[in-house]
Amino acid sequence: MTQRLVVIGNGMAGARTVEEILARNGDFTVTMFGDEPYGNYNRIMLSNLLAGVETEEGIFLNDLSWYQENGITLNAGVKIARIDKDSKIVIAEDGSATPYDKLIIATGSYSWTPPMKNVHNPKRGYHQGVFAFRTLDDTRGMIRYARDHERAVVIGGGLLGLEAARGLQNHVSHVTLLHAMGHLMERQLDPKAGAMLQASVEGKLGIEVVTNAMTTEILGKDRVTGVKLADGRVIDCDVVVIAAGIRPNTEMVANSGLPVERGIVVDDQMRVEGEQDIYSVGECAQHRGNLYGLVAPLWDQAKVLADHITGTTEVAYTGSKLHTKLKVAGIDVASMGLIAPEHDTDEVVVYNEPKKGVYKQLIIRDDVLVGAVLVGDNSKAASLIQAFDRGTPLPEERAGLIFDLGGAVEESAEDMPDDAQVCNCNGVSKGAICGAVADGCKTVSGVMDKTRAGKGCGTCKPLVQRIVEWANGGAAEEDPAASWYVPGVPMPKPELMAAIRKYELKSVSSVFDTLVPGAQHDAKSKMGLASLLKMMWADEYVDERDARFINDRVHGNIQRDGTFSVVPQMKGGVTTPAQLRKIAEVAEKYDVPMVKLTGGQRIDLLGVPKEKLPAMWADLDMPSGYAYAKSFRTVKTCVGSDFCRFGVGDSTALGIALEERYQGLEGPGKMKLAVTGCPRNCAEAYVKDLGVVAIDGGRWEIYVGGAAGAHIRKGDLLTTVDSPEEVIRLTGRFLQYYRENANWLERTYSFVPRIGVDRIREIVVEDSDGIAAALDAAVEEAVQAYKDPWKERAEPATPGQFRTSLPLTVLPQVPVRS
Amino acid sequence: MTISAIEKTVIGSIDDIPLGEGRTFTVEDEMIAVFRLRDGSLRAVSAVCPHKGGPLADGQIDNRVVVCPLHLFSWDLATGCSQSGQPPITVYPVRVDGDLIVLGE
Ligand SMILES: Cc1cc2nc3c(=O)[nH]c(=O)nc-3n(C[C@H](O)[C@H](O)[C@H](O)COP(=O)(O)OP(=O)(O)OC[C@H]3O[C@@H](n4cnc5c(N)ncnc54)[C@H](O)[C@@H]3O)c2cc1C
Ligand code: SF4
Ligand code: SF4
Ligand code: FES
Repeated sequence: MTQRLVVIGNGMAGARTVEEILARNGDFTVTMFGDEPYGNYNRIMLSNLLAGVETEEGIFLNDLSWYQENGITLNAGVKIARIDKDSKIVIAEDGSATPYDKLIIATGSYSWTPPMKNVHNPKRGYHQGVFAFRTLDDTRGMIRYARDHERAVVIGGGLLGLEAARGLQNHVSHVTLLHAMGHLMERQLDPKAGAMLQASVEGKLGIEVVTNAMTTEILGKDRVTGVKLADGRVIDCDVVVIAAGIRPNTEMVANSGLPVERGIVVDDQMRVEGEQDIYSVGECAQHRGNLYGLVAPLWDQAKVLADHITGTTEVAYTGSKLHTKLKVAGIDVASMGLIAPEHDTDEVVVYNEPKKGVYKQLIIRDDVLVGAVLVGDNSKAASLIQAFDRGTPLPEERAGLIFDLGGAVEESAEDMPDDAQVCNCNGVSKGAICGAVADGCKTVSGVMDKTRAGKGCGTCKPLVQRIVEWANGGAAEEDPAASWYVPGVPMPKPELMAAIRKYELKSVSSVFDTLVPGAQHDAKSKMGLASLLKMMWADEYVDERDARFINDRVHGNIQRDGTFSVVPQMKGGVTTPAQLRKIAEVAEKYDVPMVKLTGGQRIDLLGVPKEKLPAMWADLDMPSGYAYAKSFRTVKTCVGSDFCRFGVGDSTALGIALEERYQGLEGPGKMKLAVTGCPRNCAEAYVKDLGVVAIDGGRWEIYVGGAAGAHIRKGDLLTTVDSPEEVIRLTGRFLQYYRENANWLERTYSFVPRIGVDRIREIVVEDSDGIAAALDAAVEEAVQAYKDPWKERAEPATPGQFRTSLPLTVLPQVPVRS
Repeated sequence: MTISAIEKTVIGSIDDIPLGEGRTFTVEDEMIAVFRLRDGSLRAVSAVCPHKGGPLADGQIDNRVVVCPLHLFSWDLATGCSQSGQPPITVYPVRVDGDLIVLGE
C-alpha cells in the first residue's frame, strides 16, 4: 500500500534521501518541507558562488520541475513548527497540518554565532553588515552588501571561514581573517600544518590572518565600522562574516518530545531512537555519538535509510571515517583521522618544506595509517585516503607514501589541457572523458565503459577517476556495480559464489538465467564468470564455447591484425635442441613472420592466421604454453645451482615442477611466477605474482603480490620454507586463496596489499582460519581436472572453429623483421 | 544505423555457426559477420571493426551486443550503433530459413 512519506528539510541530505528512495522504486507519496524558498541546491557550491566562479543556476541539484516529475509535493519556504508523533502529523508555522506514515527529519544545521556584543539588531536580526555563511540568501546578501564596501572581517579560521575570506576578496579590497584558536583549521591540522597554511594564505592570497583573536564586540551604531578583540585591539571594517561553526537544527524536534542530545539521536538504520516511523539524516542526526558536517557521510546515511525504508533488511550505517581533501582558498589541504599521536608507540612521519609551503604528516599505528595531514601538495592524498579508509597495512618504505619516488607526479585534473592523452593504451584524451561526463556518464566505470579509458593496461585508472570527479564538480557518483564481481550480475563475489553453490549453477548461461533479473545475458561478463565457475566446479564445470574469449576458443593469443600467436610450452624456460629444431621447421614451413622470445621465457610464433593453427599444432606436437587467458602463465627460472656458480638452490627444477603442476589453472587475473637460485634474482622473482628465492642453507623464500608489468611492486615475503615440496604446496594454497577471494581482473599486486600480507600469512601459512586443508583439496581437484586444450588440434570443437574471421582487405601487418 | 541492401543470398547452413558465436562470410566483396544468438536468431553486421580493423566475428556476444576481441569496444547488433564512442557498423538483414542462413530482404 502506498504510504505517506513526509520529509522536513529540503537540503542536501533530505533531497538525496528522497532520490535514493525513488531509485529503489519505494511506494510512497512524498511531501517535502523546506524552510528555504527554493528547490534543492548544492550548499558546497556557495563558496564558488561567493567567489564568482559559479552562477546561481549552476548550483541547483534538483529544480522545481524535478519535484513535479517525481510526484513530490514541495512546500518551499514553509517551516515546520512541531511534530505531533502521537497523531502522526507535522504542523507548519502557517498552521497547516500534514499527516505521515513515515517521517524523515533532515533539518541540517545553522550557523553558530559566538557570544559578542552588538551582533544582533533587535529589529533586523543581524546588525547591518553582519552575515552568516550558510544559505543562498546569506550569500546573496553578502555579495550585494560587500560590493559597495571596502574592508571585510571573517570570524572563524576553519574551512568555511577560509572559503568565505577567499570569496570576499572578489568583492572587497581588504580581508582580515580572525581566528580564536592558535592556528588555522585546528580540528583538521596540527599546529605546524596550520602555520604553513597561514603563511600561504597570507603570502599567496594576501589575506591578513590574526590568530588567538577572540572577537568580543561588533562596533558601529547603524552599520558595522569595526570589531573589537578581547585584548582590546580594534580592527576597522565595514563587512563582517561569521563562520565560527555550526549547530544542528534540533530545537523544534526536541520541543516535539523526540530524543535530542547534541543532535537527533538515531540508530544504525537512521531511525530516531525509540521511534518506529521517524528517521533522521544529515547534519542534524547524531549517530553513535557522532555528528557529521561533510556531505560524504550524509550520502552513506541516505543510502542506508533508503534501503531500510524500502524494505531491505539487514542494512546498517556503522559510521564514516572522516577525511577532507580540498583546495582551501586555493591551497591544497588534505586531512584525515588523527592530527596528533595518541600513544607512545604511534609512529609519526613528518616532512616540512616551509619555503614551498609544503607540509606532510602521517600518523601510523601498527603499520596502519590512522591520521594524515597534507598542506601545499595533495598529490598523494588519494592513495592515503584509500589506505586510511581501508585500514590496509602500509608498505615499509614510508617515504613512498608522501612522495612519488621516481614515478610520475600525480597530475591535477584541472591543470591538464583538454587534448592531453590520458589513456595511452586506448588513446583517450581528457576532453573525451569530460565529454562522456557531460553526456551524462556520472560514474567512473560508466566513463571507462563508454570511452575505454583505463581499460588497457590500467595504469591510468586513478587519473581517469580524478578527471571524472573533477568533471563532476568534486565527486563521481558511486556506481552500484562497483562492488559486483562482473558487470552483468548484480552481486559481489561472496554472494555470487554462494548463489552459484546454492543453485548448483555450472554453466555461464545458467548463471545469467538464474541470477540476473530478466535473465539478460551480458557478453562482457562471460569471461569472468567462466573463469569463476571453472575454479569452483573444476571438472564439473559445463563449458560453453561462447563464454570463452577468442583466445580460449582457439588456444592462441589474438594479435592486432587478427592473426594469432602460437607459443609452445617450455616449462621453466627449458627446451631441447630437438624441440628448437622442430619449432624452427614449423616456423619456416608456415612462413611465420616473426619468431620472438617472450618476457616469460618462451618462443612466440607471431602472425599465424587462424585457419593455420590446427595444422601448425599438429606439426609442432607440443602443448600450448598458456600465453593467453586469465590463468597460470609461466614460471621463469634462472640457471640456479645446476650451472650457475652462485646458485644455492635448483631453481630450474623447482620452476619446472611448479609449472608442471599448476599449468592452465584459471584465476581472476594472470598468474606469473618465477624461481631464482639465489638472492641475485636473475629470474626477477621479487616482482612476480609469486616468486621463489633460494637462500643459503637449502631454504626458500616465497614472495607474493609482486609485479613488473603496468605496475611495479616488489612482492611481500610470505614465508621461508625448508624444501621445494613445501614451496609447491604453499604455492598451490596461496593461488587457491587468491582464486577464491580476488576480484575479477584483480592481480595479486592489488590483492595482496588489499588483504594484507600478514593476514594472508595467517591463513595460508599458519592456518589460523582452519581452511588450509580445504584450499589444498580445492587446488588438487583443479590440478586433477586439467585437460590439455591442445587436444583440439586433432578434432575441432565446433564447426568452423578455425575459420578465418579476417576480411580480405589487407590490414595493417605486424612488422616483419628478418 | 545503416542497413545496406544486399540481394537475397543463401550463404550457408545454420550448422556453420555454433550457438553464441559468429563466423565471417564474404558476399560480393563485402565481409559480413553473422552471429547466432542463444535464442536461435541471427544477426549480421560488417565484419571489420571500425576501430582498428579487428575481426568482429571473433568477438563475444550476448543478445544485444558484440564486443570486438581486440580492444573490447562494443556495438549494438540490432542497430549497429557503437556503445563506446566509435563509428557505427553496418547491419544487414538476415534470417534462418529451414536450416539455411539467408542474407538480404
Ligand atoms: C559554504 C559552505 C561550503 C561547504 N563546503 C563543503 C565541502 O567542500 N565539502 C563538504 O563535504 N561539505 C561542505 N559543506 C557542508 C555541507 O554543505 C553540509 O554538510 C550539508 O549541506 C548538510 O546537509 P543537510 O541536508 O544535513 O543540511 P542542509 O543542507 O543545511 O539542509 C537542511 C535544510 O533544512 C531546512 N530546515 C531546517 N529546519 C527546518 C524546519 N523546521 N522546517 C523546514 N525546513 C527546515 C533548512 O532550511 C535547510 O534547507 C559546506 C557548507 C557550506 C555552508
Ligand atoms: S600490453 Fe599493456 S601497455 Fe602494452 S599495449 Fe597492451 S595494454 Fe597497453
Ligand atoms: S639468481 Fe643467483 S643462481 Fe640464479 S642465475 Fe642469478 S646468480 Fe645464478
Ligand atoms: S579493433 Fe575492434 S575494438 Fe579496436
